[in-house]
This record gives sequence, structure tokens and C-alpha cells, in this order.
Amino acid sequence: MTHSDVRAAPAAKSPGPPRRRRRRLRAFSRRDKVLMAVMLGIPLLADVCFIWLPAVATVGLSFTTWDNLGGFSSIKNNGLGNYKFAAQVDPQFWPAIWHNVLWLLVFVCIATPLGMLFAVLIDRNIRGSRIYQSVLFLPVMLSLALIGIIWELIYSQNFGLLNTILGRTGNTNAIDWLGNPHLNLWAVLVEASWRQAGYVMVLYLAGLKAVDPTLREAAALDGAGAWTTFWRVIFPVMRPINVVILVITVIESLRAYDLVYITSKGAVLPGLELLSMLVTEWIMGQTQRIGYGSALATVLLLVSLVPICIFLWTNFRKERTR
Amino acid sequence: MTATAKVSAPPGVGARTPAGRIAATAFMIVMTVLWILPIVFAIYVALRPMASTAKYGYVSLPHGGLTFHNFSSAWSQGDMVHYFLNTVYIVVPAVIVTLVLASAVAFVLSRLRTWWSVALLILFTAGNLLPPQAIITPLYWIYTQLVVPGWMSSSGTLYNTYLGLIIINVTFQLGFCVFVLRNFMASIPEEMYEAARVDGASVFTQWWRLTLPMCRPALAALGTLLTTWIYNDFFWATVLMSSGSKRPITSALNDLQGQFVSNQNQIAAAALLAAIPTLVVYLVLQRQFIAGLSLGSTKA
Repeated sequence: MTHSDVRAAPAAKSPGPPRRRRRRLRAFSRRDKVLMAVMLGIPLLADVCFIWLPAVATVGLSFTTWDNLGGFSSIKNNGLGNYKFAAQVDPQFWPAIWHNVLWLLVFVCIATPLGMLFAVLIDRNIRGSRIYQSVLFLPVMLSLALIGIIWELIYSQNFGLLNTILGRTGNTNAIDWLGNPHLNLWAVLVEASWRQAGYVMVLYLAGLKAVDPTLREAAALDGAGAWTTFWRVIFPVMRPINVVILVITVIESLRAYDLVYITSKGAVLPGLELLSMLVTEWIMGQTQRIGYGSALATVLLLVSLVPICIFLWTNFRKERTR
Repeated sequence: MTATAKVSAPPGVGARTPAGRIAATAFMIVMTVLWILPIVFAIYVALRPMASTAKYGYVSLPHGGLTFHNFSSAWSQGDMVHYFLNTVYIVVPAVIVTLVLASAVAFVLSRLRTWWSVALLILFTAGNLLPPQAIITPLYWIYTQLVVPGWMSSSGTLYNTYLGLIIINVTFQLGFCVFVLRNFMASIPEEMYEAARVDGASVFTQWWRLTLPMCRPALAALGTLLTTWIYNDFFWATVLMSSGSKRPITSALNDLQGQFVSNQNQIAAAALLAAIPTLVVYLVLQRQFIAGLSLGSTKA
């Protein structure tokens, strides 16, 4: 309701975009064509140079060794050596993979459903739903760096809120939430979920508001309860937004970086290894191994292509048939 | 039976049973309190002198009173004005350039409906979805090698320059904005452009005078979103800038955390000061922000 004015235009065309005759370039004058080429060309050049070229180069470099950013002559072919090193030697690789998977699982199983539940409850207009929405949404506005810092106060070993509640502030039995390798990932995941749930809530709420109210009336007429109505009627109708949320959830868990960086002060701490942290460690750390860092980045890239392709497929399928 | 169910609870308004309604309300109240707690707690700690929290812990009555001392000392010792200015130098040009370029691309792509215009749209959209860490290695190399004029950078390269951060933020956010604006512009009827052309309007006039004013709500929403996102950027600024005087405020928090390492109260104060601009957006432009998010998710 609050943002319907902005959303109205694209939403209105959703039932079926008017089929338009293909515009022929002939319809434009020479000057217009040049101008359009510039309007398209400059952003395209930037996009190719700073995103796609590096993406392709990452894959290429992953089959080489290139130490300390020397000239091109210091690049040597290494075949699959980097991948073998990652899988068989590097003690940080498998923990990083596992932590990324855990991150994804916590987002999929806890943060995202929680955000959806918030949205569904707020959408039912229970008393005070505006306040709930504003508060639950607040963490989405904050930077992850800031979130990491304010949660340090809660997890602080000697003075923190959590240890005080648990009565573990003494020097001998205090719990080191952010240092203990068995606990720190979970502690950070609570922070990440705190933000992610609000994010999902906002997206889902926008979707729920766009659902045709007559569907609900029809379901109620048929005697369906709230639970059945949601799972059998509302949830299937929201398929497009469910896909968006799934994609965001997967991509956000691959991008996980800021919170861990601020918590571990930029180092790769035991228990907090993540692919993204390892990639940057190998280019900015004391020993620069570009080839190996690229191999880790390629793993990240390939995994991210799965949600990206799902998103592109669901969005552009219709365009393709035009 | 179905009839009574319908009468007792109008569909779409509240839970169906009083018990359900109470349970839902109770759940939301508990969650809301839990959600606000970390922020309130951070404000409370930041307001207390370190001597007091060091003696009594963070969870204690405000012995020694509440004071803004941590905020003022974080502000001056951390040289926060400087970092806020760095942020302004990066965020303002980046947001404007992103919106101009994205609307130009979206305009051209919405006018030319050919197979390659869809392919380009996919290229832009997908670029925005990649994890930044997946492309950082070659990008870092490009930034340390690409020569720029000396007045922009003491080292002569894009690395550690405002321009470098503006470029990567613009390029990375471009995809999302092109995607949203192109969807928005697709609803503008072709007949309008026909009429404009009959009146002799060039493509530039059509874009600048006709399309952009119609896209004002979308541009406002995207502008809000971009400002917050680029303001909150941490990754690009930590990797593509050496730690030091050019970093914007969000990534400078990491440096401040090292500088104030023994005084967590002051770190919290610095973090909260850094949150003020986003909180202003939250209070004043929340609708725009949410509208921007939903523009990206509820189309098609």
C-alpha cells in the first residue's frame, strides 16, 4: 500500500505485455543511431572491462601460477595444479567450502523462512504491524561492518550481554563466542540472519501485497484455514518472488564477507574460513598467489552461476519466445 | 459451516481465531524486542564511560552516568569528518552516474527489441549478480596497472583512488538499475515515441525530456537504494584501497576498530555515528527504499 504508486506501472503490465512490432533500426536517423550507440556503448564497455573481462580472466588464471603480481612473463601454466592443491593440500579449503554450505543452510532453513513468517504475519494486519515492520527492517539499512561491530558488544567475552545472561563472565569460564572455532561461525550466522530475515520480509511483503485479494476470499469461501490458504493458494501464486528470494539467499551466502572480515579483523581465523575470505587473502595477504586465488574464485564463480542462471531463465524466458 | 467461518473472520484481515491472533501478536512482539535489542544495547554502551563498563560490565546500571564523550572523542580522534567527506566524494558521483548510464542503456534496450538487445540485458543483469570476490583477482591487477593522470593518484594507477571506487561501484550497480529501468520503460507505449518523432524530437530529447520524467518514481527509488548500498559498501573499498586516508567511512570503521582497539565503547560510538546517514534514509525515505527493492523483485 505504501509503495503501490511506484510499483503500479511495471505491475500493471504483468498480465501480459502488449506484443509490440519489432522496431527496425531503419526508423532512426543517422544521428540518432550514433547517439544510441554511445548511450549503449559507454556502459557496455565499462561492464565488459571491469566485470566480464575479470570474470573470464579469473577462470584463465586459475590454470596458472602467477606470484607477487609480476609481469605477464612470470605467468606459468599449471594445468589443474591449483585445483589439486586446493582439494588435497590446502587445509583451509574444505573448511571454507563447508562454512559456505552451512551459511547457505542457515539462510535457507532459518533466516529466509523467518523473514517469510514475519511478512505473512505483518500482512494480516495484526495490531502494531507497522511498528514490527519498521523494527525488523532496520538491520537491512545498516552496513554489515557496523552490524559486526555492534554485535561484538553482545558477544564480548568479559562484559558482553550473552555471557552476563549465562553467568559466564568470569575469567576462567567465559565463553569466547567470536574466537572459539567451534562457536564463531554460529555467532556470526546469528548476526547475518538478523539482517537477512528483515531483507526477505520486505521482499516477501511486497509480493504478498500484490496478490489478488479475491484469491483469499475464494479460499475462505471454500472453508480453507489460514495454513492451507497460504500453502495451497498464496505460496504457488508467489512463484516469481519465491524464485527471487531463493536466488538472493544463495547469492548472499556466496558473497558472505564483510561480517567475517570485521569480526576477524581481516585475518582468516580458524572456524571462520570462507571462500571469499581465502580469495582476498591470496591477493592481499603477505604471499600473493594470483593463480591459486583465481582457482578459489573460479569455484565461487561456477557455484554462483547456478542461481544466476535460474534467475535469468525465469525472467527472460518470455522475452526469448517473442 | 463455511458460511460461519467466513462471517466470523473477513478474509485477509487478521488471524481467524482469537487464539491465533494473540499468538501471532505475542510472537511478533517478542521478535521485535529481540530485533531492536542489539541496537539499543549498542547505544547504551556507547553512552557509558569506559571506566564504568570496565568495572561493572556492559550489562549494569549506568554507574558514572551517561555521556556523549565517546561520540565526541570518536569523532575527533578518529578524524571522522575526513572519512565522511571521502564517502561524499564517492557516493554522490557514483549514484548520479549510475542512474544516467543505466537509464541510457535501459532506454536504448527498451526501444530496440531485437534478440541482441535481450542478450545485452542479460549480460548487464548477470554482471550485477556475480559475487564481487569471484572477479576481484584480475580486477585488482587492472587497478594496480591502469595508468591515470597524476593529479588523481599519487601512485599513478586506479588503485587507491576515488575514481577507481566510483568506477567499480557504478559498473557493478549498473546491472540492477538497467534491469529495473528497462522493465519500467517497457510499459511506455511506443505510440508516444511515434508522436514525439512526428514532432521532430531527436532520440536524446525523447530520452531526456520524455522518458526520464516518466521514470521519476523509479529513479527516486533506485537513487535511495543506490545511495544506501554504495554507502554501505565494504568490500570494494577494503580491497581496492590501501588502508588509509582515502577510505570512505564504512570501510574506515575497520581501521578505526584497530585504532580504538582497547575502547569498545568508543568503537560502538564511531559505528553508530557512521550509521546516521543510513538512519536518516531509513526515517525519511524508507518507502523509496522498499519501493526500490520491490521494483527489482516483483515485475514480470
